[in-house]
Amino acid sequence: MTAQFSMNGIEPGDALVRARNVHKSFGEVEVLKGIDLDVAPGEVVVVLGPSGSGKSTFLRCINHLEAIDRGSIVVAGEQIGYSLRNGRLNKLPARAIAVQRRQIGMVFQQFNLYPHMTALQNIIEAPIGVHKQSRKAATELAMELLARVGLTHKADAYPRQLSGGQQQRIAIARALAIRPKLMLFDEPTSALDPELVGEVLATMRDLADQGLTMIVVTHEIGFAREAADRVVFMDGGYIVEQGKPEDVLGNPQHPRTRAFLSRFI
Amino acid sequence: MSQNTPTLASPATGDAEAALRDVANAHKPFRTDRWLLWGITLLVAANFLWIIANNQNFGWPVVFQWFTEATVLRGLYVTLGLTVVAMAIGVVIGLILAIARMSNDRLASSLAGLYIWFFRGTPLLVQLIFWYNLSTLFQEISIAIPFGPTLASWNTNDLITPMTAAIAGLALNEAAYMAEIIRGGLLSVDKGQIETTEAFGMTRTRALRRIIIPQAMRSIVPPTGNQLISMIKATSLVSVIAMADLLYSVQAVYNRTFEVIPMLMVAVIWYLFITSILNIGQGFIERYYGRGERGSSTVRKQDKVAAAAATVPAVEVSK
Repeated sequence: MTAQFSMNGIEPGDALVRARNVHKSFGEVEVLKGIDLDVAPGEVVVVLGPSGSGKSTFLRCINHLEAIDRGSIVVAGEQIGYSLRNGRLNKLPARAIAVQRRQIGMVFQQFNLYPHMTALQNIIEAPIGVHKQSRKAATELAMELLARVGLTHKADAYPRQLSGGQQQRIAIARALAIRPKLMLFDEPTSALDPELVGEVLATMRDLADQGLTMIVVTHEIGFAREAADRVVFMDGGYIVEQGKPEDVLGNPQHPRTRAFLSRFI
Repeated sequence: MSQNTPTLASPATGDAEAALRDVANAHKPFRTDRWLLWGITLLVAANFLWIIANNQNFGWPVVFQWFTEATVLRGLYVTLGLTVVAMAIGVVIGLILAIARMSNDRLASSLAGLYIWFFRGTPLLVQLIFWYNLSTLFQEISIAIPFGPTLASWNTNDLITPMTAAIAGLALNEAAYMAEIIRGGLLSVDKGQIETTEAFGMTRTRALRRIIIPQAMRSIVPPTGNQLISMIKATSLVSVIAMADLLYSVQAVYNRTFEVIPMLMVAVIWYLFITSILNIGQGFIERYYGRGERGSSTVRKQDKVAAAAATVPAVEVSK
């Protein structure tokens, strides 16, 4: 199943995401104070950290939902929001940024399904409207994805008729339907009732096993331990510590990491 | 009470009290005061109708005689046509203004703001008269490069008929109000939805058309219904620029026959008839855009059917 997600145009060994010295402020508050991070194709990176550590902001900077103030982020060889030509960096117009974003899937904390569309319509909206697929091809893929998240029987349900966990699984299917090179998960289980968290995490673990490149911002230590290739711990706008999950979670070096993790034991 | 089995409606188990206490079989109390109020209200209403029907001054035979007369129907046709055309143009311009007003582009948002400020800030009647008398201000209307050569030119008097003046006046005024209504609707859409369309790489136009506007419609439709009904009545203003709408037509008749009240009753009944139809139409549109919402009609119907299906056997058993 590793061939599920193709890595067209990426040389092995190249980073799919390359963030350098990323700074971001909201008014007076500096949220990111110089983030460097490389994510290899097929890698699953889980970003942990206390609230306000800047992890969600960093994730949103990757697909330019937030513009960064300094530094650079390159995804699959393209700097989202900018074009480098003849040694000169230009800001891109909204339309060109929209095109760049089409290779990145995103799953939100609040699901953000389109409430006026059924589950199936939610999934086929971008493939048909943005990626110009035929309705037939898009629907076939959507039904396949619905089967994969275990919600075939909910294809014609509106989001409000679904539980939070079901909505989030539909949202994951919707993001997968654009065949993304990279998937961003912004606290995908934080808005869910505890008994619904498991079904979403199980879906995400499947994707991780299938070789999808994922950056996951979450509070689920268990998911980080089982599914992550690498755990990144952020605090106060910096990456404090990163490494294999068994190292960072099992034997944290930085006192902030230790303090954070102690709350989950 | 202690027995918590699902067969609560079956007296055979001996739990008769639970069956008696089943709220599905509860009777409504007879409320004398409510019935009395209903009776009094209906009596007063009947009496009121009786008085009006028998009042010679209303001239009901005249009303019936003129109700479907050709001149009245022609006026009605003009009123409806003007309303539809002016409203359609108003909505289109209003949508463009709303989007311009909300854009980050300073030039677009200032121009839209200026437009809305002017057309909402001056009386519609004045605007209509201005449009009708445009020829006194400008003899010619031409398309030209600023300070440069003229490309095309028309005589204002040929261009501005009562019809075009009425359409221009009503539509441009309506656009200013619709712009604010649409802007309010767009603002009511969850910011997460807009963010999602961005994350999925949708163009602004597609996001508006497919995701944002359909959701905004829920809060745009009710005030737009208001505007449409105001518009039907606002078209009566065009009688001042010699446009033969419904009101103008009945006025033309009573100026000859002096049957003022009966002729106005003809117009009033027609206006009420049209607005009633529009109210029904608005209900349908609101239900359409309310789909997927909790408590929308489709869900409610299913719930009712399910509830009915669940209660019916229980009632039968307990009897």
